[in-house]
Amino acid sequence: MAIEIEQPRVGLSKVAVSKTHGEDSPYFAGWKAYDENPYHETSNQSGVIQMGLAENQVSFDLLEKYLEEHSEASSWGKGAPGFRENALFQDYHGLKSFRQAMANFMEQIRGGRAKFDPDRIVLTAGATAANELLTFILADPGDALLIPTPYYPGFDRDLRWRTGVNIVPIHCDSSNNFQITPEAMEAAYQSAESMNLKVRGILITNPSNPLGATIQRSALEQILDFAVNKNMHLVSDEIYSGSTFSSSEFISIAEILETRGYKDAERVHIVYSLSKDLGLPGFRVGTIYSYNDQVVTTARRMSSFTLISSQTQHLLACMLSNKEFSENYIKTNRERLSKRYDMIIKGLKKAGIECLKGNAGLFCWMNLSPLLEKPTRESELALWKVILNEVKLNISPGSSCHCSEPGWFRSLKVTNFCTADHELSSKERDHLERSRKKIKEVDGSGSSSRILLFSLQFLQTCFEVQFRWKKMSRTLILRWMKVIVEMSRYLRYRLTKSGRVNSGSLGEKH
Amino acid sequence: MTQTRYSRSRSSDTEKENTGGGGGAAMRVIVPLQGVVQGRGGLVLGSIIPCALFYFLQFYLKRHRNDLDDQNNSNSPGQNSTTGSASSAKLAELPALTRKLSRGLPSPRSPRGPVSVSGRVSGIVKGADSPYYVGLRRVKEDPYDELSNPNGVIQLGLAENKLSLDLVKHWLAENAEQVTLRNGKELSISRIATYQPFDGLMEFKVAVAGFMSQVTVKAVSFDPSQVILTAGATPAIEILSFCLADVGNAFLVPTPCYPGYDRDVKWRTGVEIIHVPCRSADDFNLSIAALDRAFNQAKKRGLKVRGIIISNPSNPVGNLLSRDTLYSLLDFAREKNIHIVSNEILAGSTHGNEEFVSIAEIMDLDDIDRKRVHLVYGLSKDLSLPGFRVGVIYSHNEEVLAAAKKLTRFSSISSPTQCLLISMLSDAKFVQTFITINRERLQRTYALFVAGLKKLGIECIKSSGGFYCWADMSGLIRSYSEKGELELWDKLLNIAKVNVTPGSCCHCIEPGWFRFCFATLTEKDIPIVIDRIQKVSETCKLN
Repeated sequence: MAIEIEQPRVGLSKVAVSKTHGEDSPYFAGWKAYDENPYHETSNQSGVIQMGLAENQVSFDLLEKYLEEHSEASSWGKGAPGFRENALFQDYHGLKSFRQAMANFMEQIRGGRAKFDPDRIVLTAGATAANELLTFILADPGDALLIPTPYYPGFDRDLRWRTGVNIVPIHCDSSNNFQITPEAMEAAYQSAESMNLKVRGILITNPSNPLGATIQRSALEQILDFAVNKNMHLVSDEIYSGSTFSSSEFISIAEILETRGYKDAERVHIVYSLSKDLGLPGFRVGTIYSYNDQVVTTARRMSSFTLISSQTQHLLACMLSNKEFSENYIKTNRERLSKRYDMIIKGLKKAGIECLKGNAGLFCWMNLSPLLEKPTRESELALWKVILNEVKLNISPGSSCHCSEPGWFRSLKVTNFCTADHELSSKERDHLERSRKKIKEVDGSGSSSRILLFSLQFLQTCFEVQFRWKKMSRTLILRWMKVIVEMSRYLRYRLTKSGRVNSGSLGEKH
Repeated sequence: MTQTRYSRSRSSDTEKENTGGGGGAAMRVIVPLQGVVQGRGGLVLGSIIPCALFYFLQFYLKRHRNDLDDQNNSNSPGQNSTTGSASSAKLAELPALTRKLSRGLPSPRSPRGPVSVSGRVSGIVKGADSPYYVGLRRVKEDPYDELSNPNGVIQLGLAENKLSLDLVKHWLAENAEQVTLRNGKELSISRIATYQPFDGLMEFKVAVAGFMSQVTVKAVSFDPSQVILTAGATPAIEILSFCLADVGNAFLVPTPCYPGYDRDVKWRTGVEIIHVPCRSADDFNLSIAALDRAFNQAKKRGLKVRGIIISNPSNPVGNLLSRDTLYSLLDFAREKNIHIVSNEILAGSTHGNEEFVSIAEIMDLDDIDRKRVHLVYGLSKDLSLPGFRVGVIYSHNEEVLAAAKKLTRFSSISSPTQCLLISMLSDAKFVQTFITINRERLQRTYALFVAGLKKLGIECIKSSGGFYCWADMSGLIRSYSEKGELELWDKLLNIAKVNVTPGSCCHCIEPGWFRFCFATLTEKDIPIVIDRIQKVSETCKLN
């Protein structure tokens, strides 16, 4: 108190000044780099290309087509039925029609193998808010949640920042393809106990972000059993459930409950959102589906802090309750994601990069450990910095996802640079091939050249994938050539510095 | 951490200990009293006074017992307070033991208590039984409609403005489809579907800042870069509470106040509210002396006060803070080195002749203490669009802006709504007409309603802004207490079938005051409402 009086500045809370929001990690630094210098096909060709943000734009054409044909959804039109209700509608239950549409959509995604009751759907402004809200309800400050690694970097903020709850990682590794085992869960539980933390729940993402793979039925059974045995909650974040490559590959926790006759259901809560599966993060629509009445009631009250505009609810209710549209959308979106994934995997293989076998989501989880100088976190971050600053490509390093093994990176397989009418010409292909050779000539197996070769292959793959599905601009190719020039320069600079090559031995010119 | 968060329940714990032997302690007081009174005034007084004392004690205990039990439960670590059975309460005292048991019984079918939820859950479950929510539920079950349900409950409890909805509706009908997705061009969803800044589109901030200066009659110019947009004023207030105060700190709030502050300021943040009562004798105007007293008392109790939350125009009373009051408030905040949060959500809904002075105007003239003043605004009231969820934080404090910006991730506005409102607010002609006509209509409805109440002998405090009449019905209550007030409220709801907000919900310390929201009524409705109130007021007078 005395100190404060001496200071003329008026103080802020710990929430405001502390760093528990975790937004200083490389994941967010990459975003910042992108925000400050975003790639644009005409105005900023040397900007950063965003491969770290989970946006799904592969099926926008379907959304646009729907809205073109159904203008009544986006307006109240002349006569405007229901306008009065909508503008004034501030009931935290949400529009009945929208909750019904959400429940149906969630059933559709799960191939009808689980049922959802619209009265248990709590609407929030995005899954971020949904996860935070559940944490507020399930845990007191100082308690802990168990989360399998690698996990979505944003959880550090969403689950901890304002709630004061701790995250205890369940360490998973590549030896069993990052599967969650009872032993790993038990170990995490023990470590929480040894820190004197009360564990209130376990949070899984299924399909996993960043792994891009679904959790198998047996693993889900084990996780639920574990939660029951320890008498704690199980939160299943299923925001990518509609982005699995086929409906049968994804098993929701709701299905497990269904087969168990909803025994132990009161401890299970599902988080869903339209940001990923419909590609509408700008609409800020998330939901909590809980089987626990008390949690539903409380969450509804608490959703006052994070409501969705009634206009948006109305628009989406119209869109989702159109069976024809939603069925077609889910099917097409799945096909497109799956095709892209195959292509990316194949392309990366050419560069000698292995990816974890995935079946869902917008990401691929790449193993870049061959490019690391040493198998450490520091060298992973060094590699990430080179890729971000020199190649101008934002991908997320595994350490920001709390992955315990260095060298893994998360990359979007759906890029968001788009639109043009041009294919790689043979001339441009030659150009690429020449660059590749040059890099090899200069520094055959050195680490820098491996990074460059990887980046080249990666960009080319992205390009080819992108081209098949959405046409891409000529300017991007030009920009790309520039990247190669820059990379060659960078390489030359590095090599000159280390005294291995005379300056000027690289022939690449503008 | 849990302990500090529930520090507010500590005081009530000690109360419970004191009252543990309720009867015995009371008798110890009563017996000597009896002696005193008998000596002077005889047997009658001697019995009545102790009996009355005892009655009040019982009443007090009855009212507080439930609260105490709940709070006790939430104090025992991690115990689910609302479903906690006796056995599970015992188990929770030994959490380590429960866990060992669980491990000893590997079968998932082993019986065990229900899974527990956090302590936050209990507080709000109780909140649902407050008259405010009970009233809202009744209206929802049985809403009045002139033709289809003429005997339904009339809504005067919800703070919304229906007087000028026709204007908004008309604009939307003309423009909505064009602007939401097309913006005059070809339909493109990628513009709004993808991730946008969580604290609002810059274009929208510019539009909102423009609107804000328009409602203050251009007295203030708001800088869009200091605007943070949230999904409604509720999260705006909560975000400021998170930014300005730590768990266990407190805000001073002059009462009667907006009933939602308990939820917005306290619930998830663990921050306390210290109510600073304003009196009918001062027309419920803010008194710096009272603020000072409350501040010092809090200090004595070891509570750290981080700021003051004011509403201007005030909700529920509807009075405005004068320029002088604002200056003295600022002096007070400077002296104590605390923040000021000024909730000006009704700034555009002033309807009297009195001049509205935004605290932002004072800030513009006097930049010494800019960093401690934060403004809350929203479009729910002034544009009659609560469903669209648009709230505003306006501050000169960069740190607050930076933190608030990050926090908007948890409550941002959907982009189609932002696009729609950008066009609406950029339509200068529409905005100007709307503000003017809306003010006229508010003024007329207010005058009609107040006159109606006056005929029944019910006086209101003079209001210059907002949707409310703050009416003195203390003449109609049977006992001058909260109980009497709630009895009258119950009659109004169930006999007269009008849902109003009793003063106790607004933490008014004088019983008998009621908030009537007149902006939901049409001119035709007013005589009906007055008639209905008259019925109740007559029976009350007869009794």
